[in-house]
Amino acid sequence: MKTIKNISRRSFVKSIGLASGGLIIACNTSIFSDKDKIPKDLIDFNPNLFVQLNSDGSLILIASRSEMGNGVRTSLPSIIADEMDADWEKVTVKQATGDKKYGDQNTDGSRSIRYLFEPMRKMGAIARTMLISAAAQKWDVSTSECSAENHFIVHSSGKKIGFGDLVEIAKTLKTPEEDTLTYKSPKDYKYIGKDLSSVDVKDYVTGSAIYGLDKRLPNMKFMAVQRCPVTFGTIKSFDKTDALKIPGVEAVIELPRIERPFGALGGVGVIASNTWAAFKGKEALKIEWDFGENEVYNSKKFMNQITKNVHKNGKVLKDKGNISKAFKKASKIIESTFQLPHLIHAPMEVPVAIAWVQGDSCEVWASTQTPQASRKEVIDYLKTSEEKVTINVTLLGGGFGRKSKPDYVVEATIASKEINAPVQVVWTREDEIKHGYYHTVSAQYLKASLNNEGNVTGWLHRFALPSISSTFAPGVEYASGGESGSATNLPFNIKNVKVEIGKAKAHVRIGWLRSVINIPHGFSINVFADELAYAAGKDPLDFRLNLIGEDRIVNPKAKNLKLNSARLKNVLKVAAKNAKWGKELPEGHAYGLAVHYSFFSYVASVVEVSMKNNKLRVHNVYTAIDCGVVVNRNTIKAQMEGAAIFGMSLAYYGKITVKDGAIEQSNFHDYKMIRMNETPTVHVEIVESTEKSTGVGEPGVPVIAPAIVNAIYKLTGKRYYNLPLSDHGIV
Amino acid sequence: MITLHINGEKHEINVSSEMPLLWAIRDIIGLTGTKYGCGKGLCGSCKVLLDNSPVQSCIIPVSAAEGKEILTIEGKSKNLQLLQQSWIDLNVPQCGFCQPGQLIAATALLDKNDNPNDTEIDEAMIGNICRCGTYQRIKKAIHKTVELKKQN
Repeated sequence: MKTIKNISRRSFVKSIGLASGGLIIACNTSIFSDKDKIPKDLIDFNPNLFVQLNSDGSLILIASRSEMGNGVRTSLPSIIADEMDADWEKVTVKQATGDKKYGDQNTDGSRSIRYLFEPMRKMGAIARTMLISAAAQKWDVSTSECSAENHFIVHSSGKKIGFGDLVEIAKTLKTPEEDTLTYKSPKDYKYIGKDLSSVDVKDYVTGSAIYGLDKRLPNMKFMAVQRCPVTFGTIKSFDKTDALKIPGVEAVIELPRIERPFGALGGVGVIASNTWAAFKGKEALKIEWDFGENEVYNSKKFMNQITKNVHKNGKVLKDKGNISKAFKKASKIIESTFQLPHLIHAPMEVPVAIAWVQGDSCEVWASTQTPQASRKEVIDYLKTSEEKVTINVTLLGGGFGRKSKPDYVVEATIASKEINAPVQVVWTREDEIKHGYYHTVSAQYLKASLNNEGNVTGWLHRFALPSISSTFAPGVEYASGGESGSATNLPFNIKNVKVEIGKAKAHVRIGWLRSVINIPHGFSINVFADELAYAAGKDPLDFRLNLIGEDRIVNPKAKNLKLNSARLKNVLKVAAKNAKWGKELPEGHAYGLAVHYSFFSYVASVVEVSMKNNKLRVHNVYTAIDCGVVVNRNTIKAQMEGAAIFGMSLAYYGKITVKDGAIEQSNFHDYKMIRMNETPTVHVEIVESTEKSTGVGEPGVPVIAPAIVNAIYKLTGKRYYNLPLSDHGIV
Repeated sequence: MITLHINGEKHEINVSSEMPLLWAIRDIIGLTGTKYGCGKGLCGSCKVLLDNSPVQSCIIPVSAAEGKEILTIEGKSKNLQLLQQSWIDLNVPQCGFCQPGQLIAATALLDKNDNPNDTEIDEAMIGNICRCGTYQRIKKAIHKTVELKKQN
């Protein structure tokens, strides 16, 4: 179905808060690309609204995805504005509420631009086409004599009329058929491919940006929740006497556990007139817990167990050629075991949501990456209907995947319903670190054979990790397909390849964290490949380019966005060229490299390190990314700079450990982050490309840790197989 | 009653003297530009100037701020305004959440040091975490501000 309707006069316009009288362009979800990725229940005829042009020329563009530093509130509307030939100065961006009519709003997986580039262009093209038709009608000329230019329609005679002055006519016109639309040539782009400042930058630097934490409602209460130290443990009893004595504490309530992937963990909620009183009240609670079956979880013991599991045969995911034969005929066998810990997101803004339940209705304001899933959780908890629940998306103080799990929205909803007032649940930093959805822990075993020429003839990769699937289907003990792809789609030209997975049971909620499975796989594959280069007596860059091999599609069966080895080699070459790989470095400095394909983008980094008094210092990071057509150059550059820091944080310090089922870390003193004094200079090159736009937010992260470890090896001859590096005393 | 002077305005509030200044500013007075990040003085998101010195307002009791001049991100000071412009010019923020604290820390630096070098910037900014990793641009924006001040 490809119907596009002009819905200016439709009655629901008011209900989404757009003033009437403007030209509003709607489209069907069916014009969205990657249809198979949109959950089936979203493929319907509900309109999606993105453009409102007012008669004063002001233009409101809808951002349907969440802003968390990813720049979507700038990049997505800029695509519409460019295709529409609108003046960016006249644009105001409005955040969409959580609603299926906007299509998929789930802001994760580095796919906002990947999914929405074409639909947003279409929105702009429809608007431009209608404005041209309106001008042609007004002037009684042919549309072919009219064109759009910076918020005006211009006639070939030279006369022109502003967009705003065409609203009255345009809104009476029929929306053009999709197949009649024409698009700008990329060479005429005004905003796409350029550097645009964030539409929110002024608010960010003046303190007027409103995050979930900052939203206020009349009579709003603040809630802190004490949750069981052990995942899914339950309350035996609790004493609220002391909590109620804290000035400002107004109520103490028991929150049930909602047994759903994004359901509330349950616990005791302290409701107060200010955040501090809620926090103090929480500390004053006396709770007796039934820790439940996850009390057995000790991460150190668990690592030993999953390491054993990768040292024996596992479930076979891929078996190409004959690995046993290759290993038998080898002139050299190399094998290594990698151990990588749990991580937690730690966005600077903790999870925060406000819910206001009134009768069977609920309005939410939340720092959420997933307003539609939030809506679904609220609807199901309240047993109400869709139109009764509104999810307002605030700015997010970082997300990194944490805020695509709306358990905290459910907590606020439970409390608001209970006390009959708007409630803002604020997680403490300790809560965020101790009760999250953890990046998985993993053991990885790699074994390879080299022939006399130093070429790799066989590659065995076996890994065991608690799967994200366990959060959705408790009891799952093996990695899912999505958690295996970067191992099975190995972009190396090796005849004999075997990939196996070992068992690993989850004892905490496992979730996705920026770059997800590409962190452990990107690490083990890149470090092991570097190890093979030295075993073969070759330069790591030459060896790797040769290992990737001839130009080809690595995964020809993939439906779209196939892995192109030429593009992979190219980013590595670009990063190496910018670093001047092979040049003489200052005494005590060395380079290391890594290259990885994830979220359909190609990224390589060369990292320059030194060691002084056994302490590591990263001086420079040279990153090259090929993510297809560039939308906002500034954002991509910023994301690569930030990814280097995120990657360094996990390489240096990232480690969540568990003792008797409880997370041992609690705040930034024991879950450390890279700080200013440790920051390298990050040099970014974005490869020019006419290919489809692909991911940006995540693919810059996985290369950093292995490139650092490879550089340390080059410098010191010591190879680190386990992260973080703080465990080895070198940071 | 506790009297606070914030950004040149006087506020009389009725709170426990132990309440951290952060929550008095945010929840009682209603200035939400100052952020909660850790509650333990570890991340710098809550930084404000107290008589021109940067403090982590999440661990300073409100009583300790009585009678002193408090500057938050919503306030005005020459260096803060120049830094804010450089932050805008260099597109420093990503999610933006930590930036009020970063800007306050940078303001305190420039208030005391007209021409900081990289090491001095590192020292002044070490208490401020940015999970998005904007440090490189923050440092550039501080240098840019210094250059602008020199030119004027």
